[in-house]
Amino acid sequence: MFAMPSGAEIQSIISTLRFGAGYFIPELYLSALFMVLIILDLVLGGRKNQILASATIIGLLGSLFFIFQQHSLPDAEIFFGMYALDRFGIFFKYFFVLCGILAVVISMEDEKLNSQDSGVGEYYALVVAMVIGMMMMASSTDLLMMFLAMELVGLSAYVLTGYLKSDARSSEAALKYLVYGAVSSGMLLYGFSLIYGLTAQTNISRISMELTQHGYDPLVMILATLLVMAGLGYKMGAVPFHFWSPDVYEGAPTPVTAYLSTGSKAAGFALLMRIFFVAVPHASEGVEDMLGIDWLTIMMIIAAASMIYGNVVAIWQKNVKRLLAYSSIAHAGYLLLGIITMDKIGTQAVLVYLAGYLLMNIGAFYVVVVISNKTGSENLDDYRGLGRKMPLAGAALTVFLISLVGLPPTFGFIGKLMIFSALIGKGDLFMWLALIGILTSVISLYYYMFIPLNMFLRESEQNSRGEVKTGMVSNVITAVLMILTLYFGLFFQPIAQFAGYSASILGAVLN
Amino acid sequence: MLSLIVFLPIIAGLIILAVPASQKQIIRIVSLLAAVAQGVLAVLIWRQYDPTMAGIVAAPGGSPVGSFQLIERIPWISLNLGSFGPMTIEYFIGVDGLSITMVILTALISIIGVLSSWPIQKQVKGYFILFNLLSTAMMGCFVALDFFLFYVFWEVMLLPMYFLIGIWGGPNREYAAIKFFLYTLFGSVFMLLVMIGLYFSVIDPVTGNHTFSLVAMADQHNYVAGSILGPGSVMWRYAAFIVLFVGFAIKVPMFPFHTWLPDAHVEAPTPISVILAGVLLKLGTYGMMRINFPLFPEVYQAGLYVIGIFGAINIIYGAFCALAQQDLKKMVAYSSISHMGYVLLGMAAGNSEGMLGALYQMFNHGTITAMLFLLVGVIYDRAHSRQIDKFGGLASYMPVYAGLVTVAWFASLGLPGLSGFISEAFVFVGAFTAPVTRPIAMVSVLGIVFGAAYLLWSLQRMFLGKRKPDALYEVETDGHGHEHIHFHDWNGKLDLDARELTMLIPLAIIVIVLGIYPMPIMGMLTASINKLVTVLAPVAAAAVH
Repeated sequence: MFAMPSGAEIQSIISTLRFGAGYFIPELYLSALFMVLIILDLVLGGRKNQILASATIIGLLGSLFFIFQQHSLPDAEIFFGMYALDRFGIFFKYFFVLCGILAVVISMEDEKLNSQDSGVGEYYALVVAMVIGMMMMASSTDLLMMFLAMELVGLSAYVLTGYLKSDARSSEAALKYLVYGAVSSGMLLYGFSLIYGLTAQTNISRISMELTQHGYDPLVMILATLLVMAGLGYKMGAVPFHFWSPDVYEGAPTPVTAYLSTGSKAAGFALLMRIFFVAVPHASEGVEDMLGIDWLTIMMIIAAASMIYGNVVAIWQKNVKRLLAYSSIAHAGYLLLGIITMDKIGTQAVLVYLAGYLLMNIGAFYVVVVISNKTGSENLDDYRGLGRKMPLAGAALTVFLISLVGLPPTFGFIGKLMIFSALIGKGDLFMWLALIGILTSVISLYYYMFIPLNMFLRESEQNSRGEVKTGMVSNVITAVLMILTLYFGLFFQPIAQFAGYSASILGAVLN
Repeated sequence: MLSLIVFLPIIAGLIILAVPASQKQIIRIVSLLAAVAQGVLAVLIWRQYDPTMAGIVAAPGGSPVGSFQLIERIPWISLNLGSFGPMTIEYFIGVDGLSITMVILTALISIIGVLSSWPIQKQVKGYFILFNLLSTAMMGCFVALDFFLFYVFWEVMLLPMYFLIGIWGGPNREYAAIKFFLYTLFGSVFMLLVMIGLYFSVIDPVTGNHTFSLVAMADQHNYVAGSILGPGSVMWRYAAFIVLFVGFAIKVPMFPFHTWLPDAHVEAPTPISVILAGVLLKLGTYGMMRINFPLFPEVYQAGLYVIGIFGAINIIYGAFCALAQQDLKKMVAYSSISHMGYVLLGMAAGNSEGMLGALYQMFNHGTITAMLFLLVGVIYDRAHSRQIDKFGGLASYMPVYAGLVTVAWFASLGLPGLSGFISEAFVFVGAFTAPVTRPIAMVSVLGIVFGAAYLLWSLQRMFLGKRKPDALYEVETDGHGHEHIHFHDWNGKLDLDARELTMLIPLAIIVIVLGIYPMPIMGMLTASINKLVTVLAPVAAAAVH
């Protein structure tokens, strides 16, 4: 079918690849790390959990150096328009590496995971694979590449979710995740194929060009948009594509829950922003479709539904992990608010919010792990009286939860502030969304406060007095995460500035 | 200096963090030292304060220097927001007549609060850390001149208060604590939206950038035409005024948002009740005077009678509720609602007399209610009961206590010669002068009658008449016909001890002195109040549209 390329063509392909590889170093480096970890697992005998974890952390820290070097490179599309290097992508590279490091840190703490008979073998390698996948989700500029990246993340995540082999709930969660994942991948792919059918292109910038130059059938376009949104909504955990998340988050090992609810979600948002900001036109650009709706309207409805549903249903949860799962649905709603504005300040707000979410969400899960190591439970009722037994964990968890509510002086407040600023900056257009946002955050206070309520206001039935000793390392990590959450709540300038600098997507015009 | 007075308690809190939890006395002393140092600073600030400088708005030219005093202004956050230009948040604090009154009150009540926290035995370390955090947040609210900073302090207050009620409170404390938290948060989240809206609508005349500065916001010339809260955007300006007003009214608390207050007071330990009634409620009315009214003067003018009616409802409804209470603390809590109604009424008058009365009433209510709650705490400490009908004839064996109760009760009902009278008189003079509030004032006067009724009635039932043995003691008559009194929980004291006297006597002196010679406080207010009234005047408001 294909004609054999000539020698000169092969030469040019090779030189393009070589050029591209220069822009692809962090990903290559991490792929090497992935393989090193697998080999390490094979050659090391005995209990090697700590060695593998340390190697992963050191390896991931090393990748930060290569990402940092990318700042000096100009924005470019590489590999024949498959992949891009831009400041937006670099932000997410940092984000996912940090997220991976924190996930490993939590995994080291989690006794349930480490006491497994079968060991943790390829666990850390899969964490790294997911980091690569998420990076690629954030930087792909081609529909095919996007799909592949998503599958890489998904496949790693399925295995990680079911990692507690002896725990039936973990296996159930993995199966559920896989089934939902398969359906949503199918929908996403269907949406992509419709777009390809309309434009005969897979590169998002070229799709955008085709669509604006030659026009399109709005009905097909809205269908394609809906399907793509469904596929991504699943990754982001937004209503109505959230059904998997409470069960998966509850069943999965807690470090994986933390990792999924932060990293995988953020990757979904990165992909969503890139694809919709670049490729898909919307009504305010003068292209009205015949249904009178466009993707922006759909997204507004999804955002409102996520905020309301996530926050309201969380009230009845009795399991802390499940509670945090519903809260993460709600946070997907808040994040969508920043995307709806479709401007630079909104994008910046989303990035700041994500950075805050990384700290506070992972922090909260970290404390949940520390507590469950001591009590063996994640039930709300078993948190009674813990505030006195584990004062640091109690205080830190309270700070993380307050940050999740969005009260000053925490990082979470800054995220909310930026998001609402972006909304109100658009005048009264999105006021109703801002109102829903703040009212649901009042609701969220009610259920988040259940945890401090049990920890500090109630006494446990067993009258075991005295503090429960937690390890020095975990104390330091808890304290550092807590202090960072507070610190960035007061001095958020560097992060907000970096987010502003990063709010530039190749091919998208943000004003 | 102002920063020091704000952050001293937090420094004390950090020191306490390093003290082992078993060293209760050291923890208490560190807190007391911080509070006393705050008090000393407050006195220094008061001596240094120049009452001729008005504040409220910037001096001519747009700079706050020359209008506010003790200004500290440091750039805090500065971001580039693309099309909106640079976003600057400043650490901007300073005082004028409105805030200095409240600063002095806060410092005073903080000392009282620490002293009355002395008997607390449960988790002393955690208690004082939270207490100091609360103290910093309150003080910060009163001196912040940047809306963002104000908002941060405002919200920081909530969490310590939640825990202070929730951990150290009475039997129903969980409910009271979360109710307080949810109510106030509900009020303040809207404030966040208004704050952002104002940011986009106001330009600092000096720098030409958008700003969070409350000083710039108080001048209607700084609003950008066509912005969401700019001149002409009538609907949103009304909406913003209303949500801000509700947010502050919840704190006051104004009917119908008052229901959290009796719950919180009944469950809270005595020192927290003192702080709550003495300082926290004032934040609501202070917020109205500092933010709500000057930023939206035309809406304020349009809503005068509404504010007045709510004030009157507060006065009369609060008094009626107080009349019906069996629990002494609940009665005092409702009397608080009633007395905050006078503040609302004074603000509704919209003239210098009314405003002056309102602000002075805020100060006096702080000192008087602190006394009331302390006195209620004393009787609860002795008898473990606050039921009014369980007591009788207390005056005969707690004479000093009865004497101080009489001072506080009479001050509360507005007896001439005590400080409450002067502020209430000013409020009514203002309210009768203003045509809008005249009919409202006529109805509100009834509140004084009912106020006298519940106060005098409780005084009579508890302190006069026959002793009632079951509350405090049992009486045994021996074979010779002599009566022997056995006190419950007596611990060797029944009348006030030295610590209680150190708290109550200074408050009583303040109440009496300021009732006879109000100028030490009032003298500082007048310039600012006159300025505020001109800023709010209909003429200025008309310029907006």
